[in-house]
Amino acid sequence: MYNKGLIVPGLVVFVIIATFPFWYNGLSAGPVPKPELPPGGEKQCVAPAEVMRSEHMSMLNEWRDEVLRDGHRVAVVADGKEYRKGLQTACMSCHTNKEKFCDSCHNYTAVQPYCWDCHLTPANIVAKKEKP
Amino acid sequence: MALPKLEELSRSVAEDPSMATGSVPTREWMDIPVVFKSGNYAYPAKKDKVEYLNSQKGLSFPNARVWSPEEDDWKLPENWKEIILNGLKERLDKFRSLKIFMDCCVRCGACADKCHFFLGTGDPKNMPVLRAELLRSVYRNDFTLAGKLLGKMAGGREMTVGVLKEWFMYAYQCTECRRCSVFCPYGIDTAEITMMLRELLHTVGIGINWILEPASNSNRTGNHMGLQPHTFKDNVEFLVDDVERLTGRRPNITFNRKGAEILFITPSADVFAEPGLYTAMGYLILFEALGLDYTWSTYASEGGNFGLFTNNEMMKKLNAKMYAEAERLKVRYIIGGECGHMWRVLHQYMDTMNGPADFLEVPKSPITGTVFNNAASTKMIHITEFTADLIKNGKLKLDKSRNSHIKATWHDSCNTARAMGLMDEPRYVLDHVVDWVEMPENTIREQTFCCGSGTGLNTDEIMELRMRAGLPRANAVKHVHDKHGVNMLACVCAIDRATLTSLMNYWNPDVRVCGLSELVGNAIVLDGETREELDDGLRTL
Amino acid sequence: MKYGAPFLAVIALVLIAWLGSLIPGMQYVFGVVFPYLAMAMFLYGFIRQVVYWGKSPVPFSIQTTCGQAKSLDFIKHNKLEAPDTNSQVVARMLLEVLTFRSLFRNTQARIYSGPKLTHESSKWLWMFALLFHYSFLVVLIRHMRLFLNPYPVCLDWLEFLDGIFQIGAPNWYITDICLVTGLVLLLLRRFCQTKVRYISLANDYFPLFLLLGIAITGILMRYCLRGNVDVVAIKQLAVGLATFQPTITADIASIFYIHLFLVCALLVYFPYSKLMHMGGVFFSPTRNMRNNTRAARHINPWNPDIKPHSYAGYEDEFREFMVDAGIPVEKELPAKQA
Repeated sequence: MYNKGLIVPGLVVFVIIATFPFWYNGLSAGPVPKPELPPGGEKQCVAPAEVMRSEHMSMLNEWRDEVLRDGHRVAVVADGKEYRKGLQTACMSCHTNKEKFCDSCHNYTAVQPYCWDCHLTPANIVAKKEKP
Repeated sequence: MALPKLEELSRSVAEDPSMATGSVPTREWMDIPVVFKSGNYAYPAKKDKVEYLNSQKGLSFPNARVWSPEEDDWKLPENWKEIILNGLKERLDKFRSLKIFMDCCVRCGACADKCHFFLGTGDPKNMPVLRAELLRSVYRNDFTLAGKLLGKMAGGREMTVGVLKEWFMYAYQCTECRRCSVFCPYGIDTAEITMMLRELLHTVGIGINWILEPASNSNRTGNHMGLQPHTFKDNVEFLVDDVERLTGRRPNITFNRKGAEILFITPSADVFAEPGLYTAMGYLILFEALGLDYTWSTYASEGGNFGLFTNNEMMKKLNAKMYAEAERLKVRYIIGGECGHMWRVLHQYMDTMNGPADFLEVPKSPITGTVFNNAASTKMIHITEFTADLIKNGKLKLDKSRNSHIKATWHDSCNTARAMGLMDEPRYVLDHVVDWVEMPENTIREQTFCCGSGTGLNTDEIMELRMRAGLPRANAVKHVHDKHGVNMLACVCAIDRATLTSLMNYWNPDVRVCGLSELVGNAIVLDGETREELDDGLRTL
Repeated sequence: MKYGAPFLAVIALVLIAWLGSLIPGMQYVFGVVFPYLAMAMFLYGFIRQVVYWGKSPVPFSIQTTCGQAKSLDFIKHNKLEAPDTNSQVVARMLLEVLTFRSLFRNTQARIYSGPKLTHESSKWLWMFALLFHYSFLVVLIRHMRLFLNPYPVCLDWLEFLDGIFQIGAPNWYITDICLVTGLVLLLLRRFCQTKVRYISLANDYFPLFLLLGIAITGILMRYCLRGNVDVVAIKQLAVGLATFQPTITADIASIFYIHLFLVCALLVYFPYSKLMHMGGVFFSPTRNMRNNTRAARHINPWNPDIKPHSYAGYEDEFREFMVDAGIPVEKELPAKQA
């Protein structure tokens, strides 16, 4: 008994699962995120763009710990400019649009940071203020 | 080699440094050569037996010669290595199990302490995983890419005479009991490995007499014991006399009778030696109580099949007699007696090898009308299935008090438990005929321990090995003996009846061994019997 | 040698990828060529091995019954341990593959003086194995976020559950910890348990070291060595690979190439090693067959044509004795000459 009727379909299923990404994407790499540059035209940031790209999450995490847990609210100075540590106070003062900036990459790479469990985006703040 | 005293062996098993007691050999297993000395190997097959088997159509047992494992020169054929490697290739092509079991082991070690041979000897090569590695290392070296590229680094090794000798040593320290396969996450069955090793060894003329002589006897005379037709008949008639003496009823028996409804086949040991004789008396009483229309056969007078311990061709040739005889005698179906490996062959191999048995009918109990659909194709049922059904339907008059001198425990025989699933039928029967208790949980049912002498290893020259290998079983019996006063170890296996007797004599002298049918036969109340009080049941002198 | 060589081999793989990825132009080799090659070899090797197994028949039905067979009506059938139908076999196999049923049974034997033997339940190996395999599975599925664009929403749920403790940013995954823990426990077992240590081969240590290497580089990359680990660029490469238009759009850190190269090594090694137990577990005849061999005939395609020693031959040899003993014969003895 060779069980060909089970082995061949089994192998096919295995290959389909193993090559899932190949046919799931259907040969289309899909849209690549284009995060919106600051609408205000700022060119300067707390760190160079490459560093920010790979390490912003660590930096924000450190800031959070320093500010909230240790009470170190000393501002960060980069290229002579002073930034108050914080997502809303530093980052989002330039990158005002969460959807067009933060979410574009996060959605692409399936990252769901819990920043906004507490923080408000500038748009939220405006909306809140408008309500009596 | 003399069997060590009980105290000596007891101490040795528990305290001598061995892998089972926590010590580690200083050398890697591949670097430890085997040493044969009197007492650690079963005698090689006699030249004339091998020649006889080799002369039989369909069988191949080459290189008959006089040789001794203790000598350096095993008188192997010139091209032995080529024969072995070709033989391995052939078997890889024939048995998927072999390929899977060669490729899938991850050496997790779950099997290591499940083997009774390992527990009793502490020899690392008796861990099922290493037993398989003996073959796997050669397979890797010659049949896998990794082995061909990396050799020893990938766990491969060259096939040498030393390896061949190692195979002989450890293929005959495995009883194919399959306990390890219950625990293996991939179901790797060392019995398959051992079978392949033994088949390969036979291709270069390495085999043991205790297997090949019964096999050749069985081929010629119909049974392992070599009983010729008239002697076989005499032996059964002695038992008939005994039954008559004890009960006053003389069982009516026939041999080779055409047109009987049922052909009854049991291991010939049952009509040859104690305590199997009492089991056979049990059959006779049972069939007499029912007035069953059955016949014995002298041609198919062996239920057991030492071919299973040899190679698949030998197994098929010996087994084929059952259907051939059933067809010749024009019976409706076959009932098989109590035997372990016999039932492995009947349950898992017979129909495939020698079926389909179109000339037989689906077994139907003439007494209860029960149709045994679980044997619809093979047309052979186990005496215990038959008996349990009778009891369920109230067709047997049983007096449990006739076994009141007995406090029994139940030994699940390896093959009926793990290669058949016959576990609760005997328990059901026991409940009705005797007072009995179970042995500890992890030593019964599918986890049952072998008697230590199965697969043709029930020979006296390796008695110490047998007593060591049987220790896990004996120890579980000792537990219920000490705790519940058990004095009888019941089982459904002819090899067990012989080997457990030696085992009990050694480890638990107060415990005797019996077949299930002995207990049944002893409890049956026959119509018109003139039975007196029998203090020792059917064993009463 | 048994563990030293595999360890050094993994270190060598790390160094090759590390130094190699620093050579200008080699990023494409490590990021594109090797992954394609490895994937191709994995698929080829896996299929080749399964076909190799499939080419041999299963001549006999050799299931291991681990419970009561189907028998008389009043005897309770253990459907999972002695399956009688195909669906029961499927259930048994699922239990084996998904829950490692057989390992769950594991016992540990001990020999005390007397002698007294005990066989107590021991579930450690089962736990370690489950811990490792399921963590690895989840980690593998989580990685799909890098290969699928747009990714299915279920990956969000998985990410959420796996990171539910919300420790740090990037969020620590439970399975990252469990994967390394599982591997370390399995490795420690091999080092510390005398029997397992004795039976272990280099082939057993290598995959453990390799998997540890993969897990550790992955964890370092995510949590520690973030420099130049631009996830968007990495996903562009991954999706590019999966859509046959790979591009490397940024200067990605060596740690990424090391991680990827070790994964490639695993893919290549997989089909030629014991790791094929992943496929093999489905093929084990002691588990995947029905225990109905007396009810339905199993066919052996190479069943040899072997006849028994014939009754006629038997009677010819023993006819005289048989007649004397009153056993019926087919052919009577020749009439005695007066």
